[in-house]
This record gives sequence, C-alpha cells and structure tokens, in this order.
Amino acid sequence: MDLRLGVGGAATEAERAAVDVVLGPPESGWEGGGRRPIDGHVAFGGRAARARRHLLLPALHALQDRVGWISRGGLDYVCTRLTVPPAEAYGVASAYALLRLEPGPTTVVHVCDDIACRAVGAESLCRVLERRYGPAGEAGNGRAAAWMRSPCLGQCDHGSAAFLQRAGERPRRRVVAPVDADLVGAMLEGRDPGPPGPDRAPRVRGDGSGLRLLRRIGVVDPTSLDSYRAQGGYQALRRALELGPAGVIREIEDAKLLGRGGAAFPTALKWRAVATSPVRPRYVVCNADESEPGTFKDRVLMEWDPFAVIESLTVMGFACGAERGYVYIRGEYPLAEERLRRAVEEARARGLLGPDVLGRGFPFEVEVRRGAGAYIAGEETALFNSIEGRRPEPRNKPPFPAQSGLFGKPTAINNVETLVNVLEILREGGPAFAGLGTAGSTGTRLFCVSGSVERPGLYELPFGVTLRRLLELAGCPRPGHTLRAVLLGGAAGSFVDPGALDTPLTFEGLRSIGASLGSGVVMPLDHTVDIADICRRIARFFRDESCGQCVPCRVGTVRQEELLERLARGRPLGSAAQETALLQDLGAVMRDASICGLGQTAANAIQSAVRLGLIGAAPAGGGRR
Amino acid sequence: MFGAGGGTSSYQEVEETDLIVLWGSNARETHPIFFHHLLRGVRNGARLYVVDPRRTSSAQWADVWLGIDVGSDISLANAVGREIIHAGLVNETFVRRATTGFEAYAESVEPYTLERAERDTGVPAEVIRALAHDYARADRAQLCWTLGITEHHNATDNVLALINLALLTGHVGRYGSGLVPLRGQNNVQGGGDMGAIPNKLPGFQDVETDLEARARFEAAYGVRLPPKRGWHLSQMLEAMERGELTACYIVGENPVRSEADSHRAARLIGGLRHLVVQDTFLTDTAELAHVVLPATATWCEAEGTVTSSERRVQRVRRALEPPPGVRDDIEIICEIARRLGADWGHPTAQEVWDELRSLSPIHAGMSYRRLEELGGLQWPCYDEQHPGETFLHARLWEEDPARRGRPAPFNPVEFEPPVDELSDEFPIRLTTGRRLDSFNTGVQSGRYETPLRRPECLGLSPEDAARLGLKEGERALVSSRRGSVEAPVHVDPTLRPGLAFLTLHFPEQVATNLLTVDAWDPKSGTAEFKATAVRVERLDGQREMAGAARQARV
Amino acid sequence: MSAVFVGLPRRMVEVTLDGRQTRVPEGSTLLEACRQQGIETPTLCYLENLTPVNVCRVCVVEVEGSRALVPACSRPVEPGMVVHTDSERVRTSRRLVLELLASSVDLSLAGPEVERWMRSYGADPGRFGPPAPPRGAGERDRARAGEHLAPDGASAETVAQPAKVDNQSYVRDYSRCILCYKCVEACGVDAQNTFAIAVAGRGFDARISTEFDVGLPDSACVYCGNCIGVCPTGALMFKSEYDLRRSGAWDESRQTVTTTVCPYCGVGCNLELHVQDNRIVKVTSPLDHDVTRGHLCVKGRFGFPFVQAAPEKDESGLGPAGGE
Repeated sequence: MDLRLGVGGAATEAERAAVDVVLGPPESGWEGGGRRPIDGHVAFGGRAARARRHLLLPALHALQDRVGWISRGGLDYVCTRLTVPPAEAYGVASAYALLRLEPGPTTVVHVCDDIACRAVGAESLCRVLERRYGPAGEAGNGRAAAWMRSPCLGQCDHGSAAFLQRAGERPRRRVVAPVDADLVGAMLEGRDPGPPGPDRAPRVRGDGSGLRLLRRIGVVDPTSLDSYRAQGGYQALRRALELGPAGVIREIEDAKLLGRGGAAFPTALKWRAVATSPVRPRYVVCNADESEPGTFKDRVLMEWDPFAVIESLTVMGFACGAERGYVYIRGEYPLAEERLRRAVEEARARGLLGPDVLGRGFPFEVEVRRGAGAYIAGEETALFNSIEGRRPEPRNKPPFPAQSGLFGKPTAINNVETLVNVLEILREGGPAFAGLGTAGSTGTRLFCVSGSVERPGLYELPFGVTLRRLLELAGCPRPGHTLRAVLLGGAAGSFVDPGALDTPLTFEGLRSIGASLGSGVVMPLDHTVDIADICRRIARFFRDESCGQCVPCRVGTVRQEELLERLARGRPLGSAAQETALLQDLGAVMRDASICGLGQTAANAIQSAVRLGLIGAAPAGGGRR
Repeated sequence: MFGAGGGTSSYQEVEETDLIVLWGSNARETHPIFFHHLLRGVRNGARLYVVDPRRTSSAQWADVWLGIDVGSDISLANAVGREIIHAGLVNETFVRRATTGFEAYAESVEPYTLERAERDTGVPAEVIRALAHDYARADRAQLCWTLGITEHHNATDNVLALINLALLTGHVGRYGSGLVPLRGQNNVQGGGDMGAIPNKLPGFQDVETDLEARARFEAAYGVRLPPKRGWHLSQMLEAMERGELTACYIVGENPVRSEADSHRAARLIGGLRHLVVQDTFLTDTAELAHVVLPATATWCEAEGTVTSSERRVQRVRRALEPPPGVRDDIEIICEIARRLGADWGHPTAQEVWDELRSLSPIHAGMSYRRLEELGGLQWPCYDEQHPGETFLHARLWEEDPARRGRPAPFNPVEFEPPVDELSDEFPIRLTTGRRLDSFNTGVQSGRYETPLRRPECLGLSPEDAARLGLKEGERALVSSRRGSVEAPVHVDPTLRPGLAFLTLHFPEQVATNLLTVDAWDPKSGTAEFKATAVRVERLDGQREMAGAARQARV
Repeated sequence: MSAVFVGLPRRMVEVTLDGRQTRVPEGSTLLEACRQQGIETPTLCYLENLTPVNVCRVCVVEVEGSRALVPACSRPVEPGMVVHTDSERVRTSRRLVLELLASSVDLSLAGPEVERWMRSYGADPGRFGPPAPPRGAGERDRARAGEHLAPDGASAETVAQPAKVDNQSYVRDYSRCILCYKCVEACGVDAQNTFAIAVAGRGFDARISTEFDVGLPDSACVYCGNCIGVCPTGALMFKSEYDLRRSGAWDESRQTVTTTVCPYCGVGCNLELHVQDNRIVKVTSPLDHDVTRGHLCVKGRFGFPFVQAAPEKDESGLGPAGGE
C-alpha cells in the first residue's frame, strides 16, 4: 500500500507501548520494530497484513485510553502495524464520538442530556455545570478535564447519568448514575468513583407472575461462573448439544421467537439461513450496542447476568455452525464490558469456550469488541463494518447478513435480549415458551420504563399486557400529574396519546395503532415535560448520529432540526401549513429513501408528535414578530 | 519468446490469475495503470510475490518481497527451478509435449541449491522455496518483469531464466498464465513490430532465415534487401570506436544521455563524420548533430499507431497543430528519399500502415477502421475477421503435434555476478530506477510541474547514511570506476545497508550515467544500468553546497 | 483445451418495469434494466467504472413488496420484480433528494442534466430557508462526531467554505461536494489504491479528507487526477481549469477532444486531449476503454506540457486563489 507515514512525527513510547499491548510487539522492521539485517532481504505483507484491519478500532481505543487522543504519530504507528492507510484510519476514528483527534483534556465527563434524563431535569444539571465549569466541551484555562453533553447512557432508570473517560497509564472508564453536579465536579477534579459491587444489583420488576429473563438478576454473582451454574447456568448449552443444531433451531421456531431489537424478525429463520449456508466460515454476533435513547435492558442483562449472554451466544454459534462469535458492546458500558470479558475468560478457563466446548468436539471462541460512541454502529451492517475496522456505515441490503455479513461471510446477529430468550426456550421447550404471551408475540418482554413515573426500571411482563397495566405498575401518572403522551420505542419510535393506553403491548397490537415497541422503551411524559423540547432533542440526536452516508438522512436530519428550531422560536418559514408540509416531505424522503433504519425512523417520533398535536406548526408565544 | 517478440498475456489476465510474480519491476511507479490491473487481481484473491533489491511501493503490496542482491536473479531463478524439479512439481505433460532440452536444464540448475541461492541473493532459503512451490502449484500464474531484468550485462540470460520457469510449470499459453515483459516506453513494442531490431523485418520476420518473407519485402519494395542482420546500439557504439561507423541518422532517441557511461557515448557520437538527428526536441544528441530535423510529437501532432505491452496496436491522433517548421516523420523520411532519388510520394499514415499490413501477416487484419471501432487490436491478427489474440502460444497445449508446432526450448543459463564488482574502494551497490512522476532522461517529464517532483538525490539506507555521517539533504560525492557526481542524500528506509539508488531522470542535476558501467548484453545490446559499484563520501562545506543546489534547481 | 473460458451463459430474468414486461440478464441492476428500456433514471453517485455505493439516493425506484424505495444503481434484478420508476413516492423522494442537495451544496457546475432533473421533479431548494453564511477555512474539517452548532432558527446550513488550494495540480472546492464517494473510490479500491483521501467525520459534517486534514502535498496523494476524473460537481478540479475558469478563458464550446495514446510507458493508456486554442487544457481517459477504464497516472494526466510552450509563469504556484 502506498502508505505515506512519518510526516506527522513519531509515536511516543507510551503510545507505542499501548498499541503493542493490543497488537503484540512488531515482528519486523517493516512493521515498526527495529531494523534487522534480514529485513533488507525479505518482508511479508499483502493479504495477511490486510487481514489485520479488524484490529484498528481496538488499537485506536488503546491510544485514546492511554493519552486521551489520537495523535498523528500514534495513528501513523497503528497504520504501520496494520497496513492501513492513514486517511482511512482517520476516517474511521473521526466517525466515533469517544475518540478525540486533537489534544485535549485527559479527563472527560460525558453528562447525559438525552430524552429520559431530560424528562427528569437533565437540563438544569447541565446549567449548573455550565456555571461552575464552563461550557460543555471546553477544557477551559488549560484544565485537564472537561464535561460534555452526551446522548443516552442507558441509565434511564436512575434519572441522571455521567460517563467518566479518563486517559492515562491506568485509564478509567466508569458510568455513574444517578449523578449530581458535585459528583461530576469530583470526577473532573480527578477523583474516581468505584465500580458498583455485585450487591448493588438493580431492582428489576414484574407483575408478580415471576421473572424469566431477569430471574438471575440480583440473585447470581455476575463475576462467578460457579454462581451462574448453581442457578442452572449452562444447562441450556448442554441441552443444545443434545438436540443438535437443527433441533435447537426447531425449538426456536416452535417458540415463535421474534427479534427484540426492533425489526421483530423470526429468529429461527435467521439462524437457519446461516446454518444451511454452504459458505464458511460463518459468524455469530451479539449486538450489545444498545444505544436507543431510553433503553437499558441489555445493559442490565450484561452487567448482572453476563454468563447468560455468553452461554446463549455459544448456543447460537453451535446452532449456526459458527466457530467464532463477537459481542459488540457500546463504549459507554464499561461495567458490562468488563463483566463480559471476565465471563468469557472464565468460560474459556472451564472449557465452556475454546477448541472443544464441553468436550463435545465443538470449537467456539468469543471476542468482545468495544464501540466508540456511535449509535449507528448498532445497525447490524454498520456494526460489521465497525468490527472490520471500517467506518460504521450501514451497507445496502440485500445482501442480508445471512448471505454476506461480517467479513463478507454468513452471519447471524441478534441483540442481547433476543439471545437470552434462547436459554428460556431450551429450558422449557419451544411450545411451552410459545404458550406465554399472545399468538403473534410469544414469551415475555423487557420494558425499559423511565420518564414521568414513580418507579422507573426494567419490567419483564408477558406480551399482551396493556400499556395501562404497565404504567400502573410503574406508578404513572404520578399523583397530581396529567399524562400527555407515551414515547414508545425510543427516539426511533413514536408517541401515543393516553387514548392508546388499552392497547396490548404486542408486536401486532402496536402495529395496529401505527406504533412499535422497538427496543422496549416506554417513556410516559406528563404535563411537567416540554414535549417540543424532547422532540428537538430527538432531532438533535439523529443529526448527531447520522453517519452521513446517504443524502436523505445526512441533510434531512439537519433540515428537520432547523425546522423544529424555527417552530420553537415561533418563526416559521411562510405559513405554518407550509412548515407542516415540509416536515411531511422530509419524513417521506427519510423513511423511503434512506439506506438504513436510522434515517428511515428519524422522523417517526416528530411526525407522530405533530399528528397528535403535541407539537405544532402554530406559532408559539403569540405569533410571528 | 519462442519466436514472437512480445508479452504472452493481456492485462485482463493479471486480474484473473492466482499468483503474480513481479520480478525486477516497480510497476506501481513505472507502469501505474498496469498496476491497477494487477491490484484488481490481488483484490480478486491472487497472491503477489515481488522480487526486487528495493522494497519499492510495488513490493509494499506483496504477500512476500524477496529483496535479492542486485544482479543475482539467475541464481534465484535457477534455484526456484531446481526446487520445483526436486519437489516433483514439474508440469510433466507440458514439459514432455511442448518443450525440448529439459534434461540439460535440470542438470544445469542442479548446483543451485536453496542454500547457494541464499548466499547469492541474500534471501532466506525457505522464502525461495515458498516462491518455487507457490509458483509451481498455482493453477494460473503471471510472471511479469521490467528493466530490473533487462538492464543487466546478461539481460537475455535473465529473461531466459524466467522463461525456463514458465516452461517448467506450464505457466504459458493458457488464459491467466503467461510471461509479461512490461515495455518501458509507449512504442518500444511498436518499434519491434516494425522491424527496428537488427535481425527482423516488420512483423518479427527474420531477415536472415525467413527467405520467403524477405522475398515478399523485396518484391514489394522493388529492391534487394541486405540478407544480414545489422548492429544493435551497443554494437554501433563499438563500431564507431573502431571507426567503422562514421555516419548516423538518429530518430527520436537521445543516446548521449540515455546510454551508460555517457562520457564515452558523447565522445563517440560527437566524433561522427556525419550526424543527422530527427527529434521533437533539441536534445543533447541533437546538439551534436550536423543536421537537425524537427519532427512532430507523434502522440499528439501526428496520425499513426503504437503498440503496447499487451501487443495491442492503437491509434495515435493529431490533436494539436505542430509549430511552424516542424514536419511529420513520414514526410521527413519521404523527403529524404526524394532527395536521394526515390519518389515515395506523399503517403498518409494510413497508407503506410496499409503497406505494412500487406507485408506483416500478424498485422494484416488491423485496418484503421477496426482499430477505431475496437479500441485497438492485439497481434497476431491475420485478417479482418480475426479478433486478435489475447494471449500467445496456446498452440503449445494442442493435442495434435502438428498443430502444436515447434516445441519451446529450455535454455540453461548460468549466474554471473554484475560486471562492476564491489570492492573495498567501491563497496556500495548503486542501482537505478524510475520515479512515478518522471520518465527516462526527463526530456518529456522534465517540462511539467507536479507536487510529487523532488530534486534528484542519492537514496541511502539509514544505516549507511548514519555510518557516513550524512543527513537528509546533505550532499555526497558518489564515485564509480568511471566518474564522480555530487548529489544530495535522501535517507530511504526501503534500502538496505550497502544499496544505493539514483534515477536517470535529471541528468542536469545528477549525471548518473557518468557512473554506470558500459558493460552490455551481447545478445540484446542493453547496458547494465542496474549494477554499479560506487563509493559514497560526505562533502564538506555543506552550507555552500546546499545553496548551490538550490540555485541549480531554479 | 486452452481456449478462453468465457463463463456460463447468462440466464435471463423477467421483470416488470412501469407496467412493461422485459427480460434482462441475471445479475443486471435495476438501473441497467431501466437504461435498456430507455427509462431515464437520474444518478449522481453512480459511474460505470466504479462500484455502486448507492448513497445519493436520487435513483431510487419503488419495488413492489419492498417497504422502502430501493436504489436502482445497485439493486440486482430478481425474477418477477414489479418496479415503478415514476410513482408519486419515487417522484417525492427524488425531488427531496435534489432539494436537500441543492439547498446545501453549490451545484452550479454539476452539469445541465442536474438542472434538467431539478426542473422535471419540481425541486425548490429555497423551501428550507436562506442559506447560512459559509464556514471558515478548516472549520468543517475540525467538526467532531456527535456535536454540532445549534441551528439559528433562520437559515439553512450548507457546506459552503473556501476552496482548498494547496498545490499546483488540484483545487478542492468542497462547497461543491455532494459526498458521492466517487473520489474516495477512485483513490481507493476501484482504481488507484492510494487511499490518500477518505470520508471523515459524521452526519452533515462528514467530508472528504486526508488524515488530519493535512494538505495534499503532505498526504499520500500521487496526483493521478483520478478523483478529479470522476467528480460530478466540479468540487475537484485541475488547477489549470480552475484558473482558466476564474479568468473567464475557459470555453468548452471552443474545445476539441481527441483520443490518442499516452507518450510515456508502454501500457498504452488512451488519453482524451481537450484542446482549446491549440493548447491542451485537460486530459481525461475514456471510461469504456478496458486498458484504463478512465483512470490515468500523473504522467498521462499532467505530463503533456512538453509539447507546448509554457504559459506565463505563476510565481506562487498557487494562482490567484492561493492563500484564500
């Protein structure tokens, strides 16, 4: 490759060492090591070197964690090691919010100001921080620390959250929730909040009929395989090995399991397509890039029941005929990542991963990959690109992942909640699983409840429960408060009004009112919440998170945000009706012509808010000036 | 190759092959668009080996780079051949049916063990073994080379050593398998096509042995043709030295700059009794001429054809009006003929081409109309229905011996190190090459500006530079057994200790050919530009020198 | 036995295009099928010699059974597909794509076809408000993923910014960039494989960039001009053309284009010499010639001045726009 390196100076010792931890020491002078006489006569590269591209993001993380940014010298070193052109590596790094490309503070505290936190006062926290520590993003007067506004950190059950990113020899990444200005200040000053102990498990809730997916949360020690096994862990894998791959898929088919990520695609179809593909190798991927604002269910599962995730991914690998599985976890989930990594190591140490799982001749390895602050990486094909060391841009479909997924090979990908359901299915059998819920929506569902409720949290209820019942359990409306709307499915979902409270929470039930449960977000908002402000935050979110690849989404999300800003200022362009028409047109082109689900859903919530009259093109505050 | 003077394959084939060996070629910089095709092959899954003393930008794409010592190609090739034989990887059907001389070849390569080749080339034995096995086992393989093979005193032997490998493995005569010499200039191939070779008539018809062809030309031209081969350039210079050659008509060539040991070339050419130079520019050679004939730039001021490295004949067309007083080559030649008493009329380029088509069977089917419509045609193209051949020598794979024709001979060759030996006095091996933005002696490329352009400098390994106390940009004195030049130093990590690099692009900055050796290959006449023994010394008074260098550039 | 293996014969697939049944070879794209049927389909990011990236979305068509519209340029035909290329949904999306682009990018050099499409789809880019003032040099290049300036409630954000003039061969005027990825493809896997540029940043701040936005002379750029050869909007331009345009001397009506062969190495690349007033003003290569597929190297692209007298010397090497 025509690598032009070394123009921007050499990497520091610290940077080289950090990268070498990920990539191992360089094998030759050509790879960035010392020049040996033999290097003058032979060099290896080509396909083998290019095949290491997937290590790009881990190497960039190593630089970010060590020195707080990716310097030109550091990037050059990574590029030398991996034979990646620097422009491409820069293109990759600059697509992620958690990687910095200019020198800056070594400590950054990301404070969530997204919809769920916003509904309970995040903006006032931000204003305090602005007063005390200066505007977001500015390190101010040579300070080594800065705070930033962040999209949802998946701590919506706590009401406020911050993510500490501290670079150094012993880098720190911690999420703290709930958080207040003093706590943020302490982190900015250099103090580290400790990680929560296993005794600090979140409260998960049901309707009294018994938890299933969440049965081990708070019961099992998430750092102990033995504890997991004592709770029935790894029974499902044993059962899977007895059933054989086709048998596992048949159980899932009988269970009528639908994907919980938002698309509600039959899991058995997905797995079978991969399992019957003649192409090898095949891959299985656990999508743990949970980033939909308002969603935290996968985090709870990974933090407090990590072995269940690894076990179910192992079952998936077995059923699909894959020998390698990846867990792609968002960068803002350090605790979940740590526990998953630990679970993988322990499972490997006990022969539950490795060349011969459970001594049955089934080889399976799991790799945990960390995202770097990009909602779009949760889109399955963008996620593949991210693992491959490319920009997290969605691919056009078809071809679908089952034909051409990770590394261009057949790939089955499911999110955490879907996978953990597989353990339940193997525990009780597909038909029994299908007996729960409704005909079209079997099993239970995890509901991420936040917003204007007394008891925010993770609720597990059988499909078919009404929205009203769920809200009652969560304590909504709060006494003396009036419910105005419920946001279902997060930023990509839509608002429903109180008239829809008796809708059964099922795939089909919500489809009938033009809504969707998406990732399981249920966010009731009462009269204390400025819904127009929530809508603007959603518009800002999509503009920030659009990958920029296709025109409808890249420009459409900008125009949508601008339009809402005009409405908020009561300065519509032309008539209010014209603005509404414009919003409709923007919605149409984003929904119809965007490459991926991000663009296709970026107008959902706002259009539903207009439909319900929650926001309007009517001039606010007494008309145009 | 085996009677046809052109590469056997098409560019398309390098995209659809399984293994590519780029030997003595930095095609990334010298043949960039061929390299596009090659990279498509790599993307399609082909493995790439690059054999080159420098780890060039081409080599940086390779799965394996073999950094041989300059001029040790035959030792490497023979060892690869021996390993293929010993490993039982010979394509026996092909060798038996389509070749001769295998036994003698096998015997000749026997001394070239992997260990010996490692000593000769510097490349580890196991890497040589890997090349041998991968080349022999590939279903399709392309072997491509450039001046790294041919600018040696034993150029022809180098080429034969590579051809032997293709014969051994049957990597010739099939789609995707072949031998690809990349031509250095846009119409080197066309010159050969047209008979600008001492022993060939147009269409590679031998002037000495092909009596039928000679008769055909004599009938057409109405003259007796000399039945003997002529001289190639190196022989011409020797003939000048002996006083046998006293007059010369040079068309579109600048030997005073482009020949090795340019002191000698200038002396000999300048000493001719009569020198006529026909060129687009007043070149250094033209400066010495008694008569200069200003000619059009053929590629944009004239009509005609050129032939590319894949034997594709393509049209060049007039896009610009030539400056006043400048005439078309055909017009000049016909005018000279007229003054010598022969009236050739005023033929157009197309008429000259049609005459050629009537005499050269391999070009017969290439009417201007077809060249126009098809974007060029590859020879041989025998008639106007013939699509042209994308690859040559398919006949070698025919079942029927009659159709298979004359078998291809193995040609045993022996390794001889470069003529200009390294010694304590001249311990560094200087090799030469091209840079992406420049071309030959810079007559064409020196007149455009590009941000890529760098002044000429001596490439030295970081180790040598440090040993000699030379930093980037400082000036060094480079001396060979023939002369000395000054050049600023470029510390180049793609060079290993003991290897230095210069180009021939900027003779006005660094007259590299004052250093090079005039040893030349007796069979082809090419000189050994690639291997010079030099001594590098630090020049004192760096500051003044640097100032002078800047001035010289402006 | 040694004949060229030409591949299996292509099967034919039956599809319905705007109510007309037609048979096209298996593996064709919808765009190819449309073109075969004479149905005009606008494209911006598509080019015959590049892999379709389907990012501009102006070629979208409606395929029955598909929830969203599909890009014609990359979607292969499937048996029985029923396709509408001029439905209301298609027209709306195409109109909006053109409006979104024209409201944010300077399309004045994007060619007469784009103007025609704008008219025929009724695109009105003014609907989004007056354009925001241009950004300063390098401002867009420093944008961080996940952050942006809040809208001002009055104007429509654009990509307007000063042109980058940092070398004597190219001008990069990203005010005209529609982010079609063509230059990245041409610099990358589809032709040159130099990877001097890539898409950097995210969302509306996504841009074509070298590493850390270094100038081209500090990048891996080899000045082959293949990015310029594929740029559809004049965002990338030869410095010579840029200067002639600025001085008002550029006049395509006085230009001839002659195809010939490059005077440098022996590969035999076809050059198209664009000549105005007996001077070569630009060099391109035919897209459909299988030696170059439209791509050249620095010598073929820029190495022609030896056949013509040098123009008046520009001392800075950067021309009138230098330092802008």
